[in-house]
Amino acid sequence: MTAQVITVTSGKGGVGKTTAVANLATALAIDGKRVVCIDGDIGLRNLDVVMGLENRIVYDIVDVIEGRCKLKQAMIRDKHFPEMYLIPAAQTRDKNAVSPSDMVRICNDLRADSDFVIIDSPAGIERGFRNAIAAADRVLVVTNPEVSAVRDADRVVGILEAEEKGNPLLILNRLNPTMVKNNDMLSPEDVLDLLGIQLVGIVPEDETVIIGSNRGAPVVNDPKSRAGQAFRNIAKRLQGQDIPFMDLNQQGGLWSAIQRLAGRK
Amino acid sequence: MVMEPITSNLQIKGIRDGLLATFADAPWEDQRLALLAQIDEKPSFFQGARLAMDVGSQVLKVNDLVDLRDELSARNVSLWAVVSESPTTEQTAQLLGLATRISKPRPEEHRHVADTIRDDTALFVAKTIRSGTRIEYPGHIVVFGDVNPGAEVVAEGNVIVWGKVRGMIHAGSKGDRSAFICALDLSANQLRIADEVSAMLKPHKDPKPEIASINSHGRLQAEPWHAG
Repeated sequence: MTAQVITVTSGKGGVGKTTAVANLATALAIDGKRVVCIDGDIGLRNLDVVMGLENRIVYDIVDVIEGRCKLKQAMIRDKHFPEMYLIPAAQTRDKNAVSPSDMVRICNDLRADSDFVIIDSPAGIERGFRNAIAAADRVLVVTNPEVSAVRDADRVVGILEAEEKGNPLLILNRLNPTMVKNNDMLSPEDVLDLLGIQLVGIVPEDETVIIGSNRGAPVVNDPKSRAGQAFRNIAKRLQGQDIPFMDLNQQGGLWSAIQRLAGRK
Repeated sequence: MVMEPITSNLQIKGIRDGLLATFADAPWEDQRLALLAQIDEKPSFFQGARLAMDVGSQVLKVNDLVDLRDELSARNVSLWAVVSESPTTEQTAQLLGLATRISKPRPEEHRHVADTIRDDTALFVAKTIRSGTRIEYPGHIVVFGDVNPGAEVVAEGNVIVWGKVRGMIHAGSKGDRSAFICALDLSANQLRIADEVSAMLKPHKDPKPEIASINSHGRLQAEPWHAG
């Protein structure tokens, strides 16, 4: 096996990078892949919480880099998928504790016995971001259909082009089809027209995502969730399968049912 | 403080914003190794330093700067600015998000390279200029791609964009009021020619090529472009 190293990044914070990492990793694990997630947000770690592995952390990535433990010791096995691991970030250190070459070395050590290494990048375009993309074979840029998020994504795509990191793929997260229909939100076409990169998935806005994150149970585990379905589709596309995009407009029953259940309508 | 160079004319001194390494016009590889050698010799002096480089007229590509930046970062030195007389190098640095100006202004005698560029020289950029990128050139600029919101294109001459303009364009930046800007779709959030600044242009439903210039009333104005 030789793993594909995928970095999930966005520029702007709060667009759903960590949620995307947890969900894509889980979806790949559901498909029987061996996945290692790395939390690249040194000092502001979150991925462990979203994956529900918070209280199992003994060693973190900085312990590996500074030689206090072996790489295997910092790999936390998931509660449900024995082939999925998390390498957590250090909470009490900052971005300078890791260098781009450290990330390359760790990822190269992981390549031999996994299928996917997924790195959660911190927001911003500084050191932490440079660390997160250093080892990437492929970069996923997450954005929301909001002008500010798209502009930051554009900045990130420009840097990735300059660093010759190949063609990034776009995840458009938290799209609300009703708002798009009423011209209250950028449409996927608007976003793609500006960014000019390949789309790998559109994730509809869905409150079950937040519930899942708070419970440490990524929403891909829920077969009824639309957002979960979107993440499962993206995971299949990352494995090279040709999966048609969901029709977000013809979801009447279920979508409005979710909104009703969530008390929004 | 000036440290004696070892093998080259490389000079490192302290400035207000950290350290400034001034490179001579010797081959890049020698200069690069000389810099790293100096750092390795006095690691404690350079520990955690913010480094700016003045690379003179060296033409540096993305890979050159990325490699050096990574090597510096491995030594805990952060590269934050690259000052250069070469537009290619400046552009590379800008793409990597590095500053291209430092607070100490360049001495005037260093400007002669720019002055020798002929009036009809143009910089050709065959890609979309994305947010956060600033392209500056002492001649004309031709962009084969879009200029996205948050990007800036500044030319002393004219600017031609074969694509959509949604960022900021400044033509005639040194005061040439006869400069013009043309684009396939000129829905820019701001246009400037010399010292005139346009109000925001409305996005067009059905964009047509347009040309913006300063009209006889001294106002910056965009109008549809007609061949001939």
